[in-house]
Amino acid sequence: MDAIRFEHVSFAYDRDFLAVDDISLNIQTGEKVAIIGQNGAGKTTTVKMMNGLLRPKSGKILVFGEDASKKTTATLSKMVGYVFQNPGDQIFNQTVYSEIAYSLKYLKIEKEEIERRVNAAAQMCYLSDELQTNPYDLPFSIRKFVTIASVVAMDADVVILDEPTAGQDLLGLLHQKEIIRKLHQLGKTVITISHDMEFVIENFDRIVVMADKKIIGDANKRDIFWDFDLLDKAALKQPVVAQLANRLELKRNIINIVDFVNEYEK
Amino acid sequence: MAVLELLDVTFKYQLAKETILENISLSIEKGEFIALVGRNGVGKTTLCSIMRGLIPTFHTGTMSGKVLLNGLDINEMSIGDLALHIGFVFQNPFVQVSGVKQTVFEEVAYGLENLGVERSEIIRRVEVMLQQLNIEHLRSKHPMQLSGGQSQRVALASVLVMDPEILIIDEPTSQLDPQGTEEVFETIRLLKERKKTIILVEHKVDWVAEYADRVIVINDKHIVKDASTSEVFSDPMLLNTGNNLPHVALLALRLQELGKVNFDLIPTTLDEAYDQLKGREQ
Repeated sequence: MDAIRFEHVSFAYDRDFLAVDDISLNIQTGEKVAIIGQNGAGKTTTVKMMNGLLRPKSGKILVFGEDASKKTTATLSKMVGYVFQNPGDQIFNQTVYSEIAYSLKYLKIEKEEIERRVNAAAQMCYLSDELQTNPYDLPFSIRKFVTIASVVAMDADVVILDEPTAGQDLLGLLHQKEIIRKLHQLGKTVITISHDMEFVIENFDRIVVMADKKIIGDANKRDIFWDFDLLDKAALKQPVVAQLANRLELKRNIINIVDFVNEYEK
Repeated sequence: MAVLELLDVTFKYQLAKETILENISLSIEKGEFIALVGRNGVGKTTLCSIMRGLIPTFHTGTMSGKVLLNGLDINEMSIGDLALHIGFVFQNPFVQVSGVKQTVFEEVAYGLENLGVERSEIIRRVEVMLQQLNIEHLRSKHPMQLSGGQSQRVALASVLVMDPEILIIDEPTSQLDPQGTEEVFETIRLLKERKKTIILVEHKVDWVAEYADRVIVINDKHIVKDASTSEVFSDPMLLNTGNNLPHVALLALRLQELGKVNFDLIPTTLDEAYDQLKGREQ
């Protein structure tokens, strides 16, 4: 079943300027999808329509087969969780615990269940030791994990991560990889927006490319990162290892170190 | 002579239990492009604030040791004088934007205005900056209504326009797309050609490897390595300090480990990797 289905969806922040122009897209339950493209291409606008933070100007959006226009944002956000690009747009509680618990309390979930979910989410997001900390005493990179935990605790079937790797160090990247793996294992649909091509390649298979308000590519990563015409249109480059393979005229479709090593002097 | 020098600097934030940096000594020559790397929370931004004189004046705590700018103790200079020599681009662009100006153009011009620079000169310099950082189209926008990437570029422009001799730039590309990242690094390259001294905090080591002259690695309160970019990035020890190696170096180490290629020197840039591998394969 399609978790998310867009049919000819457009969006405008004001009358004269389209931010998303006639996009159609199906994402299956349990899929992992990365959306890439330049700043201003329409990526964040697109995902915000998936959980009702924004409503399309025209076209139809189905979430698990149901017409999103007939659902409130509160109902949609129980099905589709969105982790904001800037943690500051999301965090406002005094402790990490109450931040993660906030939406659950709002949903009037039982106290024990809230506790269970907050602890599980904190554990998944490497925050078990920080539950009593004020989120603003944590560095930006860790605050990002607080916002991820809040969404994980909601137990939505779709999780959207907007620019999760911004400002992360090596350990942060490893932790995110683990979180994505676990969410996938739980059967969640995971969607990310990212400028970090190595991160995208390491964690996602299907890549949607956006440029100038439209989807211009939607395929497996091995095809996307060797489609020079497409990359050019989206002002993207191959990942470094693929660039090297290309210059050395090795086999096409090499996108990471493992591919390269396997191909080299086979 | 060193343009900026730290002599045995140790610092502890006011309410912290432990020191964050200990016995930091380093010397930076005019025109050098230096990258600071280390895991999050290790004190890179703190070190930047020390070099800029914001510590211990603005962020209070206990500091020992000395910071010398062109041989003079910065303790004996005012923050305003220091600002003429050292430009500081904050990690979070939303902190940098003044909030008192209505357009991006005025925001970028703000620092020069405060210095009493002549109007025609201000306009000329701001125009050059907007063009160089590819933000001309934002000139009439409100500075508080920009996306993360846009405001990162505006913050950089408002510091570069002041034309300081030293630039400290803290993670300028975290919100930028690959093209925006390249533009920032190309801008830094131009600054370097104009003999500016640049100190950059950046996690994107693939980019740092292509551009920086020297890398300083901070781990557990100390400088654990201070060497040429190629020396630092070809040593797998860097992984133990919470930093990644450039992907070409990781690839080369893997090829070597598997006995497929023996490198004279582990490459750290794309060109080096290409030069060492071409004509070798199959």
